[in-house]
Amino acid sequence: MTENSHEPEAPDERVPKRVIGTPPPAESTSLLGAAEERTAQGPGPMPGVKFQDEKTAKKGERIAALCFVITFLSAIGFIASYVIFQVGDLDKAGASNLALGGTLTLAFLALAAGVVVWVRMVMPKYTLFQERHEMASEPATREVVAETFLQGAEESGFVKRKLLRRTLLLAAAPLGLLPIVLLRDLGPLPGTALRHTVWGKKTKAGKDRRLLVEGTGAPIRAADFNSPGGILSVVPEEYQHDLNELAKSTLILIKLRPEVIKSGTNLNWTHDGIIAYSKICTHVGCPAALYEQTTHHILCPCHQSTFDAADGAKVIFGPAARPLPQLPLGVDSEGFLVAKGDFPVPPGPSFWERGDAEAEVRARGGHA
Amino acid sequence: MSAKIGINEKSTVHQPSITETPKAIAGVSTYLDDRLGAGNFLKRNLRKIFPDHWSFLLGEIALYSFIILLLTGTFLTFWFKPSMAHVVYDGVYEPLKGVGMSEAYASSLHISLEVRGGLLMRQMHHWAALLFVAGMMVHMLRVFFTGAYRKPRELNWLIGILLLTLALVEGLTGYSLPDDLLSGAGLRITEGVMISLPLVGSYITFFLFGGEYPGTDIISRFFTLHVLLIPGILLALISAHMILMWVQKHTQMPGKDRKNTNVVGAPFYPAFMAKAGAYFLFTFAVTAGLGTFAQINPIWLFGPYTPADISAGSQPDFYMGFLEGSLRLMPAWEINFLGYTLPLSVIIPALLPLGIIMTGLALYPFLEQWVTGDRREHHVCDRPRNNPHRTSIGMAAISFYGLLWLLGANDEISAKFQISLFVTTIVGRVLVFVLPVVTYIVTYSICIGLQRKDAEVIGHGVESGVIKRLPSGEYIEIHVPPADDIADHMLGKRPVAMLPGAGDGEAEPEGVPPKALRGPIGKLRAKMSRAYGGEKVAIDDGHGHHDDHGEHAAIGAGDGGHSNDKK
Amino acid sequence: MNRITARRRHPLARYAVLLFALALLGGVYTVAAPAGQSADAAIASGKVDDVAAGKKLFEQSCASCHGLNLEGTKTGPTLVGVGAAAVDFQVSSGRMPAAQPGAQAPRKQKYPWVNETTIRQLAAYVQSKGGGPAVPSDDAVDPAKGNSAKGGELFRANCIQCHNFVGAGGALTEGKYAPDLNSSTPKQIYEAMVTGPQAMPPFNDSTITPEQKRDMIAYIVEVRGQKDPGGFGLGRIGPVTEGLALWVVGISLLVLAAIWITAKRRQKKS
Repeated sequence: MTENSHEPEAPDERVPKRVIGTPPPAESTSLLGAAEERTAQGPGPMPGVKFQDEKTAKKGERIAALCFVITFLSAIGFIASYVIFQVGDLDKAGASNLALGGTLTLAFLALAAGVVVWVRMVMPKYTLFQERHEMASEPATREVVAETFLQGAEESGFVKRKLLRRTLLLAAAPLGLLPIVLLRDLGPLPGTALRHTVWGKKTKAGKDRRLLVEGTGAPIRAADFNSPGGILSVVPEEYQHDLNELAKSTLILIKLRPEVIKSGTNLNWTHDGIIAYSKICTHVGCPAALYEQTTHHILCPCHQSTFDAADGAKVIFGPAARPLPQLPLGVDSEGFLVAKGDFPVPPGPSFWERGDAEAEVRARGGHA
Repeated sequence: MSAKIGINEKSTVHQPSITETPKAIAGVSTYLDDRLGAGNFLKRNLRKIFPDHWSFLLGEIALYSFIILLLTGTFLTFWFKPSMAHVVYDGVYEPLKGVGMSEAYASSLHISLEVRGGLLMRQMHHWAALLFVAGMMVHMLRVFFTGAYRKPRELNWLIGILLLTLALVEGLTGYSLPDDLLSGAGLRITEGVMISLPLVGSYITFFLFGGEYPGTDIISRFFTLHVLLIPGILLALISAHMILMWVQKHTQMPGKDRKNTNVVGAPFYPAFMAKAGAYFLFTFAVTAGLGTFAQINPIWLFGPYTPADISAGSQPDFYMGFLEGSLRLMPAWEINFLGYTLPLSVIIPALLPLGIIMTGLALYPFLEQWVTGDRREHHVCDRPRNNPHRTSIGMAAISFYGLLWLLGANDEISAKFQISLFVTTIVGRVLVFVLPVVTYIVTYSICIGLQRKDAEVIGHGVESGVIKRLPSGEYIEIHVPPADDIADHMLGKRPVAMLPGAGDGEAEPEGVPPKALRGPIGKLRAKMSRAYGGEKVAIDDGHGHHDDHGEHAAIGAGDGGHSNDKK
Repeated sequence: MNRITARRRHPLARYAVLLFALALLGGVYTVAAPAGQSADAAIASGKVDDVAAGKKLFEQSCASCHGLNLEGTKTGPTLVGVGAAAVDFQVSSGRMPAAQPGAQAPRKQKYPWVNETTIRQLAAYVQSKGGGPAVPSDDAVDPAKGNSAKGGELFRANCIQCHNFVGAGGALTEGKYAPDLNSSTPKQIYEAMVTGPQAMPPFNDSTITPEQKRDMIAYIVEVRGQKDPGGFGLGRIGPVTEGLALWVVGISLLVLAAIWITAKRRQKKS
C-alpha cells in the first residue's frame, strides 16, 4: 500500500478504464473481479434464476451429448473386454485389468464430465434464498411436550408404583449381561500358555528337540553351520507348520567368532560360537531378523528395536525394553543342534502378568 | 421461498419447454402419494437450497467411496473364503505352486488372477478404502478450520468422529483378511499392542484370537466384523449424519447477503442433484482409474502368512501410519512392579497420540464453547484466518499427526535418502514436541498477516493497475474498492466471541469478575478467553460492523482496538 | 616387461615370489585334491598366469586398503579366505574398488579396467591366498533349473527381512542398507549368499544347499521379471507409495473435480 492519502476513489465505473493497453490481471484470481459480475443478477421474472443464453446452452448440450456417447461406447467396450480378455496368469490378468479398468474409468469420467457441463452450461445460474430458523422448537411446543411427558409418566404408573419400577430395573440388569456372558467361549483363558514353548518339551520319541532350518525342514549339524557371521531362521522339530507355536518358538541361530562374544551371552547355552535367540521381538512380536554380521546388530524391521547379538541380544536402540531370550543349545549324539530346555523367560511381547521374569531368573541364580 | 416462482410462469427470457407433468410420472407419483403422502415432504425439499463451495464437496468423497466399497466388497465376498484352513496352492501363479497357505489367502489369489474383473474389483476396493478414510479426513479438516462444527452441529461432529474411528477399525479388519505376509505383520502388531494392555491384555487377546496367536479363528471373526457389523454401524451413522445435515441445512461461506438466517445457493432439484451425481461419478472414475493404473497390495508377491517371517518395509495402510510412527519413536520404557508388567513403550505410543487426536477432536467444540462462552447458532463459516488460534491449533495437530505418519515410513526414508535410520528416529523424538509449537506460532503469524491484508484491501482498496498523473506531477496508482463479492466475503468476518466479563484485548478486566471466572480455573478460563477471543485485526469499511440480527460478539469484544490496528 | 624387471629388486619382491610359489603350490594341491569343492576353475585348469596378473591388479587397485598380503588394514578387511566368489561379487558389481570409505560401498559404474578377464585374474589371485568359496558355475545359478516356489519359501524365510518382498531393498542400522536385487545377476546373488558381503550374513552351502540357492535365484529372477498386472508397481515397496499416490493423485484429482463443479463462471467480456 502506498500512503494514506490515496483513499479509494469511486469513479463512475468502479475500475477505471485502462488507457495504456496493459493486459488486465486474470479475472478469476484478481481482487478486482470482473466488471460484469455485478450485472449477473439482472431484473427478470424469476429472481435468482438466470437462464443461460441459448448459444451457451446449445454448446453445452453438444458437449454433454458427446460425453454421454463416449460413456455409451466405453460401457460397450467394457462388456467386450470382459468377453475378449481371459485371465489365468499375470500377463493375462494385467491385460484384462487394463482393458476392463480403462473402459470403466473412461465411462465414469465421461459421464461425470457430461453432467458437469450440463449443469454449468445448460442449467440456469441460481442465487436462491431460503430462510433458516433456529433449531430450537418454540417455547410453547416445549411446554406441551413436557406436559405430555409428565402426563404419560403419571398415567403409566411408573412413578407411583415402586414395586413395578424396581422389579423392571431388576429384570433388565441380568439381561444386559447376557451378551457378555455368551462371549466367554470366544477363547480359553491364557493360563500359562504364554510362558512356555515347545522347546521345553521332549519330542514324541523322548529325545531332545532338534532345531530345523525354516523353509527346508532340515536338522542342523553343528559342524555344518560353520561360517562366522552366518544366520539361520530356525523352527522346532515336529512343529514346523504349527503357526501358534511358530509365533513364539521361532529362533534365529547365529554363528559368531568365539572372541567377539560378550558377557551378556550365556556361554553354557552356546555351542562352538553358535547362539540361538528368540526371533520374536520383545516389543510387539514381529520377527526380529535383520542381522548385520559386521556389527552383530539384530534389527526388527517393524519398529527398529536393535539388539546386540554378541552381548546376549541386549537392546541398544528402539522401543523394545528387554533382550531377546536366549535358548539353551546343545548337540545330540548325531551332532545335530538340539534345545536343552525352554527359554528361561517368556519370549515375545510383554504382557501384564509377565512380571520381571528376568529378575526372577537371576534371583534363582540363573542367567537371563 | 422464492424458488417456487417461475415454474409455470411465462418469461420473456426463457420459454418453458414443458408445461405439464408427463402422464407416466404423474401416474406413479399419484399412486405413491396416495399411499405415503410424500407430497408434503417433496414440496418442502425438492427445491431445498444448497450453498456452493468446492470444499463442501469433500465429505462426499467419503460418502461415495463407501458406496463403492459396498459394491466392490460384495463382489469380493462371492469368491473370498474367510477360512484359515490349511491348503496347498494349486492355482495359476507359478512361484507359489505347492506352497502351503490358508484358504483365505488362496481364495484372494484366485480372485486376483483367475476371476475376470477380480483384480480390478480388489484394487478398487482397496483404493476406495484409502479414499474413504482420506475423504473423511479432508472433510473433517474443512469442517474444523471453518468452524462448521459449532452449534447446532456439535452432534453431527461427534458422529463424524465416531465414523472416522470406525473407519480405522474397518480398515484394519479388512487389511488382515487376505492373510498374506504383509497383512499378517499388521495383525501381529495389533496383537502385540493388545496383549500389552494392563490387567486385561492377555485375556482380550485370547478371546479375540480364540486362544494363542494367531490361532485359526481370527480371519472368520474379522470377516464378520468387516462385512457385517462395522459396515452396518457405519451405514446407520452415515444415514444419521446425512439426515442431520439435511435438517440443519448446510453451512455457507460468508459473502453477499449470506447470513445466519438464510441459505444462499442452488436448489437440490435439479442443480445440486446433478452436481452431487457428477461428483459421485468422478469419485467412481478416480477409484477405477487408480485400480487400473496403480497396483495396490499385490498379495501374490507377499506370500502366505507365517509368524516366523517378516519383510523389510512392512507398513500399514496410510491411516495407521501415525500409530506405526509413534511406536517407532518411543524409547524403551517398561515398568515392573509387584510381579506385573506395564509395557509403556507399547501402551503410550499406541494409545496416547490416538487419544490426543480423537479426544481432542471430539471435545474441541465444547472446549471452544467453554472458552468463548459462545452459545449462539452459527451457520456462516469462519474463514480460517479469522479465528487464528483455532487455525493454529489445527495446524499444530496436523504437524503432530503428519510427523508421526512420516516416521511410520522412516525405514523407507532412510533407505531412499541414505539417512541413518537411528538419526531419523532421534530427530523425530525432538521434532514431535518442537514442530507443533513452531507450526502454531508460524500459523498464527500467517493468520494475522492475512487479516491485515484483508483490512488493507477493505480500508484502502486494491490496485487498479491504472496510473494517474496528478497536477503536481506526481504519479499515483488509483486504488479502487474490491469486487463486491470479494468484499462481502471479507466483510463476513465476525470477532471471535469472548466470555462476558473476561475483558477485551490484552487488558485485565477491571472490577469484580463474574462468579464463573473466579478461582484458579476461572482465572485461567478468563485468560484463555481473552487470548482466544476478540478481534485481532479489525476491518473497517467506513460503516462500522455489519450487525446482523443481534449476532454481535458478547460484550463489546473487539470494539476497542478498531483504529489502533490500522497502519 | 620392463616394469617387472625393475621391480625384481623391490623389497617386496621376495614376498611376491614366495606368494607366487605358494599360489602355485595351492594350485597344484587343488588339482591334486579332486574332492576340493572350492577349486577355482581357472586354477584347476592350470591358468597360473591369471594369478600373477591378478596379483598385479591387486597391488595396483586393492592393496592400499586390503594390504599387500590381503591381511587387511584399518580401511579394509582381510581378504584371506574370502574366495574367488567374493572378488567376483564385489568387483563385477562395481562395489570394489571402493570410491571412498563409507558406511557401505554402493553398487556403481565399474572402472574401465574392470572386465571379465581382470575379474577372473583378481579372483584367481585372491583364491590362491587361503582359498574360500569359488565362483559358481553357470549351471549352479541357472534360474531356469531352479524351483521358484521352493525358492520363494526360502527367500521369505531368509532374505526379505532385509531385501523386502521382491528385493526392493531396505534400511539397516547406522546408515547401512540392504541393496535392491533388481540389478544383481544370478551369479552375484549366489556369491552374495555364499560370501556374505559387508553387513550381510553368509549362508553357507552346508546349511542352505546349492540347489536351494538356485531355487531362490529362480524365484528372484522370475518375480522381478514379472509384469505388474494391477498397473504401475509403485516401486513394489508396499503401502508407503500407495498412500503417497492416494494423496498426490487421488485426493488432488477429486479436489480439482470439486473446484470445477462449483467454480463460478465469470462471464466473458463480449
